[in-house]
Amino acid sequence: MSYVVPKESFNGKVAAVDFGKDDKALTIGGESSLPFLSFEGEQPNRPVIAYEIQDCPPDDWPDTVKDVYKDVSGDPVTWAKYCQDELNAKAIALRLVSTHPDRNDTSAEEASKTIKDVLAAINVPLIILGSNNIEKDATVLVAAAEAASGNNCVIGKAQEGNYKTIVAAALAHNHKLIAMSELDINLAKQLNILITQMGFDKAKLITDPMCSALGYGLEYTYSVMERIRLAGLAQNDQTMQPPILGDVGMYVWKVKETVAAETDVPDWGTLEERGIAWETLTATSMMLAGTNLLIMRHPKAIENAEKTIDELV
Amino acid sequence: MALTGIQIFKLLPKTNCKKCGFPTCLAFAMKLAQGGVELSACPDVSDEATASLGEASAPPIRSFALGTGDKAAKMGAETVMFRHEKKFVNPCAIAVNVKDDLSNDELTAMAEAVANSEIDRVGQNLRVEAISIECASGDSAKYEAAVKLVAEKAPDAALILNCKDAGNIEAAVKTVAARKPLIYGASDENAEAIAAIAKANSVPLVAIADGPEALSALTEKIKGFGVEDIVLDSGAKKAKDIIEQNTQIRRSALKKSFKPLGYPVLNNVIRDDSILEASIAAVAISKYASIVMVSSVEKWKNLALFTQRQNLYTDPQVPMQVEQKIYEINEPTADSPLMITTNFSLTYFIVSGEVENSKVPSRLAVMDSEGLSVLTAWAAGKFTAAKIAAFIQECGIGDKINNKELILPGQVAILSGALEDKLDGWKITVGPREANAIPTYLKGRA
Ligand code: B12
Ligand code: SF4
Repeated sequence: MSYVVPKESFNGKVAAVDFGKDDKALTIGGESSLPFLSFEGEQPNRPVIAYEIQDCPPDDWPDTVKDVYKDVSGDPVTWAKYCQDELNAKAIALRLVSTHPDRNDTSAEEASKTIKDVLAAINVPLIILGSNNIEKDATVLVAAAEAASGNNCVIGKAQEGNYKTIVAAALAHNHKLIAMSELDINLAKQLNILITQMGFDKAKLITDPMCSALGYGLEYTYSVMERIRLAGLAQNDQTMQPPILGDVGMYVWKVKETVAAETDVPDWGTLEERGIAWETLTATSMMLAGTNLLIMRHPKAIENAEKTIDELV
Repeated sequence: MALTGIQIFKLLPKTNCKKCGFPTCLAFAMKLAQGGVELSACPDVSDEATASLGEASAPPIRSFALGTGDKAAKMGAETVMFRHEKKFVNPCAIAVNVKDDLSNDELTAMAEAVANSEIDRVGQNLRVEAISIECASGDSAKYEAAVKLVAEKAPDAALILNCKDAGNIEAAVKTVAARKPLIYGASDENAEAIAAIAKANSVPLVAIADGPEALSALTEKIKGFGVEDIVLDSGAKKAKDIIEQNTQIRRSALKKSFKPLGYPVLNNVIRDDSILEASIAAVAISKYASIVMVSSVEKWKNLALFTQRQNLYTDPQVPMQVEQKIYEINEPTADSPLMITTNFSLTYFIVSGEVENSKVPSRLAVMDSEGLSVLTAWAAGKFTAAKIAAFIQECGIGDKINNKELILPGQVAILSGALEDKLDGWKITVGPREANAIPTYLKGRA
């Protein structure tokens, strides 16, 4: 019996999606085999990690990650520049948290101004995220798309309950779009179909099947992502070929493992390493399942995830 | 090569006597081809058929234990490439490597860290299963002493003898033979000598070669020397090599029934930076390793790796569940508050943890909702007012407490009216939406 390399080749291919401008533009996706399996297909683009910032101070982030930004997080422009210039961020994800009705309920106009200011201060690609309030995002993200017109941003998240206005705005201002559904491959597929039926180019779509933190449903996200990849590659299902987003940081930096002091849980070891490891391992797992674009918070977690990518590509 | 159901059928008695528990020989043959039953279930099968089916009906990935006793870690026996197809079977063992040239105190500290690594998470006891002793000194007496010391200080851990020198291995194996150490290992040059030691002591052996092809030749050779329990090390160190070679190995075994690679895999992920090491360990755990070798066992790192492994190895069809009953937390009295939740392990684990944190004596009624979270169970119709009312009445908790008040999870506040109608004489209170607000909430009531 002699060994033959067991290769599998697929008809399908993940769409390559670019965002940002000029020499700082980035491309994700484009692979024709399962994650990092270069021996049987192309893996042209490495996963991209964006630094998450927000339009108001991160009062609800735990200390381990809040303290890192304590001198810059009072102002989104300073914060964005810090990530780009000091931390060498390749991309920045601005979350418009303050627009949420339960937070400051700031207006779409104010959000537009923040976006313009941030865009004027940085040259790396910008991802613009709403506050995840279905109704509010429907207006805020429309204004955001206009404010960022011409910058080839990624805008999101369009969900079943609000996708129409957001899709129209992304289309009008030529942005890339994140379509988000909640941990169900059929819902993800259905939303992608609804969006492309509005005339939105499927090659400009990024799918977010919903992330979860290590220990808190990670296995569901992992398997939904693997199944999306298999459907896109092996079945050549065109609706399942957009690159995948993993919104890692916001799910990780609220679970007990990233918050509880060592004095409360002596068996769990030091809090800082625990938190950083939690975000790193969540990101690594997502990438193995097919994530092309990650949004993360802690610089050390990002550094370790980047080193992991260095080894994987 | 694996036989098809029809090929197996031809070798069976074809009497359809049903003694195997199947209606026909053909049905039995089909199940056998899928690996769902053992050939021995048919009492009338001929010796000749057993001989020709034996090889083919063996599981595609050989299964055996790392270590001995009830803490031994089973390995192998995997049946799928992706966890959504079917549950991954035997969770990857975590092994920490120590060098024999450390001081006795350092060796003791590491062994004790392994011995005390057990953590309970979502109702499972998780631990670092193995300790690998590396012969860095090259000195036989020193190596043997280190192995002995570590074995003593970590009495339940599986042992890995990380040594390439036959002479040094032989001495060390003898001192711990009863613990069935895994010898790590044999390469093409020394395969014969080391396989002889493994065979004489009935212990498993790691085959070390450069890539799957060379490895498959080596395992055949080792098998020829009479050793069957083999672990594979394809030399992959970089994350990419780990994921690619482990994929090739598992695919060869499962899809091509290629026996020379039908064994559990060991990956060495040792890095200078401990967080990066944990990240690469996560690559190995997710992608098919049966043993992952690390260089340190900090508590935060153990917790992260245990959790990652637990997530990957849960059953994709059946969520982890806890028993339906009234859990007493912090020694409640008849006046203590009563809360209700579902029996999804994760939900129970989070909520009971927070109730414990509050130090407020309480009762937590856990209702069988087929292992679904609160909102999922509610959406699926398993956590409805009628079902909750029936559970509370049947369990008789109302007779044991003075105040008939039931606290609901905030996320299902919507149930409170209907529940009050159905549970006569009970007061229904809506608790906080998130479990982390429970301590403040309970203390505020007390
Ligand atoms: C993972 C998941 C699943 C998994 C199941 C996981 C499981 N074992 O339950 C799968 C994929 C199988 C699934 C299926 C379904 N799901 Co689902 N699922 C989720 C998801 C993403 C997370 C749920 C989870 O694990 N939460 C974590 C646990 C720990 O939370 P929890 O049990 O609520 O406990 C928290 C609190 O409630 C509180 N708490 C708990 N108990 C108590 C007790 C007291 C006294 C107090 C004070 C507090 C408290 O503490 C905990 C931590 O804060 C949610 C979306 C979301 N982000 O919440 C949707 C979600 C719950 N699912 C939903 C739906 C509709 C379904 C389906 C019916 C259809 C579908 N879309 O797939 C099916 C039904 C399943 C079936 N068998 O029929 C909806 C429910 C919508 C609604 N409001 O009605 C949600 C909200 C998603 C959505 N927006 O569409 N789902
Ligand atoms: S026990 Fe053997 S002979 Fe009888 S039905 Fe089953 S396979 Fe056929």
